[in-house]
Amino acid sequence: MNEHKAAIAVAGLKKSYKKVGVLKGVSFTVEKGSIFALLGANGAGKTTTINILTTLLKADEGMAFVDGSNVARTPETVRRRISLTGQFAAVDDILTGRENLELIGDLRHVKDSRKTAKELLKQFGLEDAAERRVQTYSGGMRRRLDIAMSLIGDPSIIFFDEPTTGLDPQSRNGMWETIKSLADNGTTIFLTTQYLEEADQLADKICILNKGKIVAEGTPAELKKLLPHGQVELKFQNEKQLNAAAKQLEGMSTTRDDEALALMVTTEGTVAELTRLLTKLGNAGVDVAEFAQKAPSLDDVFLKVISETKEKK
Amino acid sequence: MSRLGDTWVMAKRSLRHTVRSMDTIITVVITPIAMMLLFVFVFGSSFEKSLGDIKYIDFVTPAIIIMTVVSGIAYAAVRLSMDLQKGIINRFKTMPVAPSSILGGHATSSTLSNLFSSLLVLLVAFLIGFRTDAGVAEWLLFVGLTVLFTLATTWLAILFGLFAKTVEGAGAFSYILLFLIFLSSGFTPVDSMHPALRWFAENQPMTPIIETMRSLLTSGTIGSSAGIAIAWCIGLLVVAYALALRVYKTKTM
Repeated sequence: MNEHKAAIAVAGLKKSYKKVGVLKGVSFTVEKGSIFALLGANGAGKTTTINILTTLLKADEGMAFVDGSNVARTPETVRRRISLTGQFAAVDDILTGRENLELIGDLRHVKDSRKTAKELLKQFGLEDAAERRVQTYSGGMRRRLDIAMSLIGDPSIIFFDEPTTGLDPQSRNGMWETIKSLADNGTTIFLTTQYLEEADQLADKICILNKGKIVAEGTPAELKKLLPHGQVELKFQNEKQLNAAAKQLEGMSTTRDDEALALMVTTEGTVAELTRLLTKLGNAGVDVAEFAQKAPSLDDVFLKVISETKEKK
Repeated sequence: MSRLGDTWVMAKRSLRHTVRSMDTIITVVITPIAMMLLFVFVFGSSFEKSLGDIKYIDFVTPAIIIMTVVSGIAYAAVRLSMDLQKGIINRFKTMPVAPSSILGGHATSSTLSNLFSSLLVLLVAFLIGFRTDAGVAEWLLFVGLTVLFTLATTWLAILFGLFAKTVEGAGAFSYILLFLIFLSSGFTPVDSMHPALRWFAENQPMTPIIETMRSLLTSGTIGSSAGIAIAWCIGLLVVAYALALRVYKTKTM
């Protein structure tokens, strides 16, 4: 019954291309009116998931409900409720901005597509470019037009596939604002991203997808608890020093890189602990050549989460 | 009704593409016109002897019209192929728009723009001496057959456009159709052909279609091959339409 209340409900989704598994049993739910982020590296299966949910692709196994409708059985119903903003702007280069909007308005059977187009051109700051062919637009303008086209017909769920990939920081912030204001108006947002920061900024709920499986899910705050806090990188002059340091730090979580003569140490990230660590090495006569604190990257989250899933088994 | 409406919306889009690339219409009409000039003024006098009392320009004009259509429909394949390789097709596919409207838009605009190209070529034919006694009924039948042929071959073009890996490859199939025109009674009477070639020419679709058009324009009668001509066109239309929709659905779902 739950899937009828949720905006999106997915259970046991599987998809393979030429026998290579891309999705290996993906399940999650998205609350109505929330922003949901599917976070993962290239090749994790994000676009495949979005293609299945937007009726572009059929899953091999599993169920997917969008706004209460089964995407495989009643794709027509789903298409009335959704919009997709893909990785590449889905605009018609040869038409003008206004014509692009009117085209979508006509196909969505809105009452007055000319009026709708006019309003959206104004809302997205494209009035001056309305009568120009889209091929003369800048990247940012194309993106804005693309989103404006996605809003026509008041979809209850909008899918964004990597909305900020390839955007400059200013356009990226603009995109974030747009997504937030859409959600504020009650639209459910499903987005995929490779950037932890983006998911953190926008999402009410994040699922981390890795090699076709959900490896972690929760609110940004919940996921941050999983992050290794203070990764510290220590570099040494020679192997002897490296060996000595490794010996001193036995019992702590360390990763050794012989080629770089470096040692990665996972700490709580507190000043007291770092001081203790360095004092310990100093007292043992180990010379630390370089010291760097590493901000946690998405890779770190993956590594951490994956190693934990393995431990549980 | 909404399907027909959607098809027209998609056709308008595709017509805008056509109108905004006038060079494609010029490319479409220039080759048939050049061929017409070449055949009429260079080879025409030697063919004319075997034609009896028909002028060569009157003999060859139907083939030139068919050639114009065949060059033109390639752009339906090219435009569809361009759509498929760009993001916009995913927008259409995730919207409540029927595949028959998405493809039908291309078919409708291709038919309209090819009628326009054919009209241009016909005007040039008139300028260099083409004359006809055809009345309103014959002209209507002539236009009807041209529309039917254009629709049928356009859907064939769409089918090829769906299969094409590159935009450049999408239009290449029209060479097969051009080849069929040359191996028909379009440019020379089949009597003068080698027996094997003659058998082929008499039994392929271009010959009855061109001969019916020629009958309508020169003798003002529908001729003896009209039934076969229409059967070829309708058969091709039905098969190409059904296959195109099927391929589109399997390729996109």
